[in-house]
Amino acid sequence: MDLFEYQARDLFAKHGVPVLAGEVIDTPEGARAATERLGGKSVVKAQVKVGGRGKAGGVKLAGTPDEAVARATDILGMDIKGHTVHKVMIAETAPEILEEYYVSYLLDRTNRTFLAMASVQGGMDIEEVAEKTPEALAKVPVDAVEGVSAEKAREIVALAKFPAEVADQVAEILVTLWDTFVAEDALLLEVNPLAKVASGDVLALDGKVSLDENAEFRQADHAALEDKESANPLEAAAKKKNLNYVKLDGEVGIIGNGAGLVMSTLDVVAYAGEKHGGVKPANFLDIGGGASADVMANGLEIILGDPDVKSVFVNVFGGITACDEVANGIVQALQLLADKGEEVSKPLVVRLDGNNAELGRKILSDADHPLVQRVDTMDGAADKAAELAAAK
Amino acid sequence: MAIFLNKDSKVIVQGMTGATGMKHTKLMLADGTNIVGGVNPRKAGTSVDVDGTEIPVFGTVAEAIEKTGADVSVLFVPPAFSKAAVVEAIDAEIPLAVVITEGIAVHDSAAFWAYAKSKGNKTRIIGPNCPGLITPGQSNAGIIPGDITKPGRIGLVSKSGTLTYQMMYELRDIGFSSAVGIGGDPVIGTTHIDALAAFEADPDTDLIVMIGEIGGDAEERAAEFIKENVTKPVVGYVAGFTAPEGKTMGHAGAIVSGSSGTAAAKKEALEAAGVKVGKTPTETAKLARAVLAG
Repeated sequence: MDLFEYQARDLFAKHGVPVLAGEVIDTPEGARAATERLGGKSVVKAQVKVGGRGKAGGVKLAGTPDEAVARATDILGMDIKGHTVHKVMIAETAPEILEEYYVSYLLDRTNRTFLAMASVQGGMDIEEVAEKTPEALAKVPVDAVEGVSAEKAREIVALAKFPAEVADQVAEILVTLWDTFVAEDALLLEVNPLAKVASGDVLALDGKVSLDENAEFRQADHAALEDKESANPLEAAAKKKNLNYVKLDGEVGIIGNGAGLVMSTLDVVAYAGEKHGGVKPANFLDIGGGASADVMANGLEIILGDPDVKSVFVNVFGGITACDEVANGIVQALQLLADKGEEVSKPLVVRLDGNNAELGRKILSDADHPLVQRVDTMDGAADKAAELAAAK
Repeated sequence: MAIFLNKDSKVIVQGMTGATGMKHTKLMLADGTNIVGGVNPRKAGTSVDVDGTEIPVFGTVAEAIEKTGADVSVLFVPPAFSKAAVVEAIDAEIPLAVVITEGIAVHDSAAFWAYAKSKGNKTRIIGPNCPGLITPGQSNAGIIPGDITKPGRIGLVSKSGTLTYQMMYELRDIGFSSAVGIGGDPVIGTTHIDALAAFEADPDTDLIVMIGEIGGDAEERAAEFIKENVTKPVVGYVAGFTAPEGKTMGHAGAIVSGSSGTAAAKKEALEAAGVKVGKTPTETAKLARAVLAG
């Protein structure tokens, strides 16, 4: 889960990383009180999870509370690279910035460890720094067990060639940031810029944080950080029902079991769609191992409720899951939806293989639901589902 | 011969007495796995009757090894306790730990991997978030259904459980030497490369099928490894061509970040290494058949 800048700022503040004051608001009028609290002037910053908001006009200075309201009025509702601005942060105006640095911690999947990155060329896109002046970006592996001690922090500072007068401050911040990274189960924690200001202090002026959703069992307060406003409504509905769902932009609704098989199903449908007017998968939905009738009903309900969906492809390989249970699930799900008074008019193509496949197929044949068709190979079923979607 | 697991493997189950652990202990026993014990500190000294087989429960992995000579542990431990359970297995120096559990925090898997490394990697870790591995006709350590296929001469390594099953089913008449599900998390113990190296050295394997998916660069690195080190034919499949950027597709590690981790890049790298890559699982199976037929 990626955080907004204001959430990253709050997280930094909570763990003792030096930051400027700031608060988030979602109405223009809120900018007035917030700016007054900051002594009458502020920076109004659009909160979007995409880079380049400054260039897009999403960051403005306000010299008075009235001006802050005007700037917030301009920025709230603005579209920045497809992201609607629902919130702005009213931040303390930065003191004169003398130098801008970059520091981050992230997961290094290739080496199965963490990585510290640091550069004295901050304030710009770090990928640009990495490309144009790779020698200006220090990359230091961090052992997950040993972490970042004061000594390790000094090593990072030295490798990135931070100026002597800020070395101690930056090293201290690096240790605090590491503690934050671990305590919050972050996958990425980036400060850009980390700035040296006129007073000589070093401050985290902007940050990016991504948190591990698998750690929610010990991070109870992370759920509140979720951005419900910008979530796709179908994705939000699926999440409420504990379904692993991603909305895509095609016409064939997909239900399958197992992440790999569902990803593969999307691809196979897209290939089949090339012959049928370019239809594509409408979603990713993994109903996982034990596909009970309820889970199937929940999944079907979400998918049939998607106005983009023209046909549905249920692709199940019964491993531990028995196909007869899956077939019963489909039959019961359609019945459940009918009982709820929901009109089901989209055709379903079902492919069952593996554990008890024969039994499952028989259940579907016996039920003889007018909207359900059985095709017993994955490629054949994908082709049928694409054909039906194209015909609608 | 097979890889990592055979009829002589003595298997213990950490988390055996939980519902999932018990269900799969039964299934593993039914597949002929030599299960010599379970581990649960609260039930140490007791034993569990699993379909007529009396299985002792030990307090620690070390004790289980001492009493039974166990050399494989399969873990069905909830995410919150998985790190401690894997660390215990590493401390006991069990040669193979198969971590089935899904949903382990990355800081935990990175920590137990770092710990295993600091101890000289005496314990091979498979997973987490994987279906385990099977050597058909000999032993099954995990949740792969034992009745999909029979012993044969294809070696399979895959990030995905259900695609493992699908591929075993497609090629069920030929059979498999071993099939290893390495898992779809960002940090995993055994990689495609480890399995490729083992299959290359295994006299019972003639052909290797390798299944990958979006996220990370494991497939690209596997392609480099194949180019330099693998003489046996390799057939590949990659899932996730239609996955959008920045979205996690079911597996925690299955995410395209910017332009890295795409299925297209992985397919290209594999093909450049001489691997035949199928467009669908069925087409991949056909390629494997064609290669075996010469």
